[in-house]
Amino acid sequence: MKLVLNEEQQFLKDTAKNFAEERTPINHFRSLRDAKDSLLWDKEIWDEMVKLGWAGILVPEEYGGSDFGITGMSVVLQECGKTLTPSPLLATAVLGAYAIKEFGTDEQKSKYLPLIASGEITTAVAFDESSHHDISLTELSAVETEGNFVLNGSKKLVIDGSSADVLIVLGRTSGSKGEMAGLSLFILESHADGISRVKLDMADSRNYANIEFNDVVVSSDALLGSQEAGGEAMDHILDIGRIAISAEMLGNSEAAFSTTIDYLKERKQFGVLIGTFQALQHRAAEMFCEIELTKSSVMAAMQGADENSNQLQVLASLAKSISGDTLHLVSNEAIQMHGGIGVTDEYDLGFFLKRARVTEQIFGSVNFHKERYANLSGF
Amino acid sequence: MENLDNFRSEVKAWLDDNCPPSMRTGADPKIPHDEVWGGRKAEYKNPESKIWLDRMGEKGWTMPTVPKEYGGGGLSKEEVKILNEEMFLIGAKTPLLSFGIWMLAPVLLEYGTEEQKKEHLPKIIKGEIRWCQGYSEPGSGSDLASLATKAEDKGEHFLVNGQKVWTSYADKADWIFALVRTGPLEPKHDGISFLLIDMETQGVSTKPITLISGKSPFCETFFDDVEVPKENIVGELNAGWTIAKKLLQHERTFISNFGLAAAAGSKKDLVTIAKKHFGEDAGKIGNSFFRTEVADHKIKEHAFGLTLKRAGDEGGKASAVASMFKYYGTEHNKKRHELMISAMGKDGVAWDGDEFDQEDKNLTRSWLRTKGNSLEGGTSEVQLNVISKRVLGLPS
Repeated sequence: MKLVLNEEQQFLKDTAKNFAEERTPINHFRSLRDAKDSLLWDKEIWDEMVKLGWAGILVPEEYGGSDFGITGMSVVLQECGKTLTPSPLLATAVLGAYAIKEFGTDEQKSKYLPLIASGEITTAVAFDESSHHDISLTELSAVETEGNFVLNGSKKLVIDGSSADVLIVLGRTSGSKGEMAGLSLFILESHADGISRVKLDMADSRNYANIEFNDVVVSSDALLGSQEAGGEAMDHILDIGRIAISAEMLGNSEAAFSTTIDYLKERKQFGVLIGTFQALQHRAAEMFCEIELTKSSVMAAMQGADENSNQLQVLASLAKSISGDTLHLVSNEAIQMHGGIGVTDEYDLGFFLKRARVTEQIFGSVNFHKERYANLSGF
Repeated sequence: MENLDNFRSEVKAWLDDNCPPSMRTGADPKIPHDEVWGGRKAEYKNPESKIWLDRMGEKGWTMPTVPKEYGGGGLSKEEVKILNEEMFLIGAKTPLLSFGIWMLAPVLLEYGTEEQKKEHLPKIIKGEIRWCQGYSEPGSGSDLASLATKAEDKGEHFLVNGQKVWTSYADKADWIFALVRTGPLEPKHDGISFLLIDMETQGVSTKPITLISGKSPFCETFFDDVEVPKENIVGELNAGWTIAKKLLQHERTFISNFGLAAAAGSKKDLVTIAKKHFGEDAGKIGNSFFRTEVADHKIKEHAFGLTLKRAGDEGGKASAVASMFKYYGTEHNKKRHELMISAMGKDGVAWDGDEFDQEDKNLTRSWLRTKGNSLEGGTSEVQLNVISKRVLGLPS
C-alpha cells in the first residue's frame, strides 16, 4: 500500500476542490440553513455533482457508475468537508451504493444502482436506535409471516432520512437486544405503508430524521444480503461509511485550521500580530501534527478499503477515532484562538463546531472506536 | 531489467561468500553481539564483525549510493533496493553504525571540497574513522546559534578554544565536526563556521557525563589552544549555520524513529507488560482505565508510523516536517515509557540488586534516558517553533 493518491484520485480531489470553492463556498450552506430548507441540500447542486459522476463513484461500470473506489469517493468528501458542502453523497453514494453493490442480489443491483448513479433516487441507511452507536442493541423486529416480513420499531438520527426515496433498515429476525447474531438488512421504498418520518432539527443543520416502522410489510425480496447475516454486513458497510466520514471530518479540520492560521497572521493586539505569541504558535503547531497524523490514518484506511485489506476494521476504527479527536481539538481551538468573533453566528467557525459534535457521534464515537481498536488489537 | 536481474544474482552470490555466519539471522546465540561503530579505538568481541565491516566497506556498500571515486558503492536506487532486499533475506546485520554516515557524509557531499570528499568519505565508509558531533555548549542549548567556542584565524591555522557538551561518544571518536565562532563581530547566525577537527590534536580532551539513568554516551569536549588546519573548514567561512540546520534535519529524522515501539508480543511491548502486571480479563488488559490509556497511545503510535511511511511514499520532502517527527516521536516515546513504568506498579522503578530482573532494571534506565529525547537535537519547544514559523508561516 502506497500512502499517496494515484492520478485518477488526485484529479477527483482537484475537481472537488474547485467545485466546492466555486459552487458551494460556506455561504451556500449558510443560505440553506437560514432558509430552513427542508432538504438542507440543493437539488441543482446535486444534479451538477451527478453530472460529474460523483453519485456513481462506488457503482460498478455495468450499472452506470465509474467504480473509482473508496479513495476517490473519500477525497471528494474531504474537499466537500472544507466548505461544509451539503449533499446526499454520504447517505446515497457511499452507504446506499456500497450496501447494494456489496450485498444486493442481481435484481436489486439492476433495480437500484443505475438509479443511484443517475441521481434519480437517494437512499438512507437506518441502524441506530439509542443514544449511542451500537448495532447489537437493535430491537426493531422483523417477524417472518407467510413469506413476508413485518417490521416494527424505530430508528434514530438517520442521515437524509427525511428525504430519501429508498431506505435500508437493520432489523432483528431472531435473538435479542445485545446480540450481533439474528440481524438482517432490508431494502424498501420510503413511502411504504406504516413508515412515518420526523425530520430532526439538529445543531449542525444536516438532513436527519427519526423513523418509525408500524407493521410495515415487506416481501422476502426485500432482504439485502442473507437473512441473519445483517449484523456483519451492516458493520462492514459502516466501516466504509466510517472511512468516508473520517475524510469529511479531516476536510472540516483542515478548513477550520487554515482559517485560524490566516487569522493569526492578520489580527493585531497589543500592537503586534497575535501569531507572534508563542502560546498560540505552539498550540497551532500541535494541531498541525494531529492533522498530519489524521491525514495518514485516513489515507491508509481508504487505500486499505480499496485493497480489501484484512485490517479494514482496525483501519476504520483508527481513522474514525483519530479524525474525531482531531476535529474535536481543532473545532475548539479555532474558536478560542479567534476570540469573540469566533462565537458569533456571522462568522463561519461555529458551523464547524456544531458539525463536529454531531459527526463525532455518527457511526460510533471516538470512545466506541478506541474500544473496538483495542478489542481488534488483542488487548 | 536484465541488468538488475544480473545484479541481483551477483549480490546474492557475493553475500553468500562474504557474509559470515554469525552476521546472519540464526547465528549461534553464544557468539557475543557487537555494536559496530568502527574507528581507531574499536574493539570487537566477535572477530567476524570486523571481517563483515571490512568486506562491506571495501565494496562501498555501507554507503551504497555514494560514487565509487569517494569509496562508495556507486549503486543506483534500484540496485540499492536489491542489495537491501537480499541482505534482509539472509537477515544480514548492518555492518556499521556511524554518525559519519548518517550526518557528516551527506554534508560533505553537498558542501565539501573535492579534497575533503576524497579524504574523509572513504574512511567513513570503511569505518576507519569514527566521528562525533560538536554542537551544544554549556551556554548554548536551545539557542544554539549563541555558541562561543571560537576559532581564530592565525594565518596558517585556526586556533580553537572553548567547550562543547552533550557530545555523543566523544571519548570513543577519532574526529569531531564542530560549529565554531569565526566571526565574533557578525550577527550571531552569520559568524559560525563548520570545522573538522582531529581529536588526537594537542589540546583536545573529553570527559564523560553521568545522567540520571546512571550512564550515558555523552561527554564534555574541551578545546584548549587547538591548532586546526585552515583547509578543514567545510563550506564558506561564516556560512556554517546553513550547514548546521541541514544537518539537524538528518538528526531529527533519525531521533524520531525512537518513537516506534517494540514489536507486538515482545517483552518490551507495552501491551505485554500491561497484561503481565494487571492480569487479563478475556484477552483484555485487566485494568479498564489503564486499557483506555493504552488504546489511546497505540492509536497514536499506529498513526505516527503511517505518517512516517507517508512521508517516505511522498518522496521524503522532509525539511520542516522533520521537526514534526522529532517532536511527536520523542514525546510519544516518553509517554510510552511512562505507561510501561506505570503498568509495572511497584516493580516499575527498580534500580539495582538481585530482587529484580535485569530487564526491569534496564527499563528503568530506558525510561530515564527518554527524558533526554525531547531535549537533544533541539527541544520539543524548539521543534514547535520551527513548525509554526517554517511550516505554518506564523510571524516572528
